Amino acid sequence: MSRPEIEVRGLHKSFGANEVLRGIDLEIGQGEVVCVIGPSGSGKSTLLRCVNLLEEPSGGQVFVGGTEVTDEDVDIDAVRRRIGMVFQQFNLFPHLSVTENLTLPQRRVLGRDKAAAARIAAENLARVGLTEKAGAYPSSLSGGQQQRVAIARALAMGPEVMLFDEPTSALDPELVGDVLAVMRGLAQEGMTMMVVTHEMTFAREVADRVVFMDGGVIVEEGRPGQVIGAPRHERTRHFLSRLLDPAMAEVEEETSDQVGKGDA
Amino acid sequence: MTDTDAKLQPKKKGLTRRQKRTLSRGVQYAVFLAAVIAFAVTADWDRLQNQFAQADIAKQMFPDVITLALKNTVLYTVSGFVVGLVLGMVVALMRLSSVGPYRWLAGVYIEIFRGLPALLIFIFVGVAVPLAFPGTEIPGGTYGKVAIALGLVSAAYMAETIRAGIQAVPKGQMEAARSLGFSPAKAMVSIIVPQAFRIILPPLTNELVLLFKDSSLVLFLGVTLEERELSKYGRDLASTTANSTPILVAGLCYLLVTVPLSFVVRRMESKSQEAIR
Repeated sequence: MSRPEIEVRGLHKSFGANEVLRGIDLEIGQGEVVCVIGPSGSGKSTLLRCVNLLEEPSGGQVFVGGTEVTDEDVDIDAVRRRIGMVFQQFNLFPHLSVTENLTLPQRRVLGRDKAAAARIAAENLARVGLTEKAGAYPSSLSGGQQQRVAIARALAMGPEVMLFDEPTSALDPELVGDVLAVMRGLAQEGMTMMVVTHEMTFAREVADRVVFMDGGVIVEEGRPGQVIGAPRHERTRHFLSRLLDPAMAEVEEETSDQVGKGDA
Repeated sequence: MTDTDAKLQPKKKGLTRRQKRTLSRGVQYAVFLAAVIAFAVTADWDRLQNQFAQADIAKQMFPDVITLALKNTVLYTVSGFVVGLVLGMVVALMRLSSVGPYRWLAGVYIEIFRGLPALLIFIFVGVAVPLAFPGTEIPGGTYGKVAIALGLVSAAYMAETIRAGIQAVPKGQMEAARSLGFSPAKAMVSIIVPQAFRIILPPLTNELVLLFKDSSLVLFLGVTLEERELSKYGRDLASTTANSTPILVAGLCYLLVTVPLSFVVRRMESKSQEAIR
């Protein structure tokens, strides 16, 4: 593996007095699939959003494909063309048809001509299995279909890296599988992926590495079998037990989270 | 029948809510009916008809009231609306800018032009500006002046409407566009503004109705015979014929346009209500 595709060094992020990220160091190699897990409020989505600068870091550096994203003079629009992003709420453009959702960014941002954009749009719709929905509008699609269109839209830009921000959290349970299948296929094709998720089965089977975050720091990381199967830290064990068997969780005082956020 | 109802009302205790409601409704109808009857009896119908509904005078107004007056009213309104929309868009974007002085300037503009009577703006554009800057000519003559005066006034209102529409587009839309590599300006033009306009189509159409009526202020600019719009045309004819029929006809011509427009707005509003559900 040559230079890492994504490199995060000493990343800090505060919203006012609330310090959400407190020193993150992370490297993701080319073709690697990394799942970021952790309780809500642990800063995992913020970390992801710092990678394409949707959030401005308060300190530290982020490199993508060797370019420093956090450099003040960087052409951020050019960097973002190389980074695809998929959101929890899909964020399709509701005034455009599915095909137009895929072609408009290609034409306006990449300057592709009409024919090329349409061809690439059709290829990517086929890739997510939604060729027959090409002319539909987002509001007529199910959540799972919308999310697959959103993935296709990002892929049509030809990104080197894909970021997924809880891509299945807004979906009805029976629709999760289709989206995960698309992501699994993408991983097998060798796409570099950073995935914030609660889908432990997906993380265990698809991820090369799992990162567990809590209280704005990386608590533990390693192979999925190790982090999910045999976690070394108490906080990881605690989180996983609550996630894997929510019915068995006990009502507890707000301690572990609050201590992590309150002190330091 | 109706006055016995009215007498019963204060005395009788122990009515059910439904009975009270029926009674109160009955009294309201009675009062309305009484007013209509009183008007019908006291009004001098011959005189009224003579003054407002003389068929030969009305006939004499056609086709000029349509081909000249209504045409000019529409022309003034549309040109003012176009100027207002373009200017309002610019002001709205300035208001939302991250650059402080732009926001400040847009705020001042909106406050000034929303706070002044439209008539004052018309006098300002039509009289004060030519006097203050002799030699400068507003292109298009009266048409240009009206477009600018109406545009200046409506831009202030439309800027606030457009700003609200842009802010009503979910934040995720801008984030999605930026993450695809759109610059802020491109995202605004291709993604945000088209969605904002769907949201504000009803209030913008309302603004068009308001402008349609405000175009009557052309009256105060001093226009040639060919430049007269509905109000001026109606008033001129009313004074030459010493009769009010032209005013009535001109009024009906306004309603010919505003009533269907309001209907369209209501349809759009109920449609967008459905879309939200």
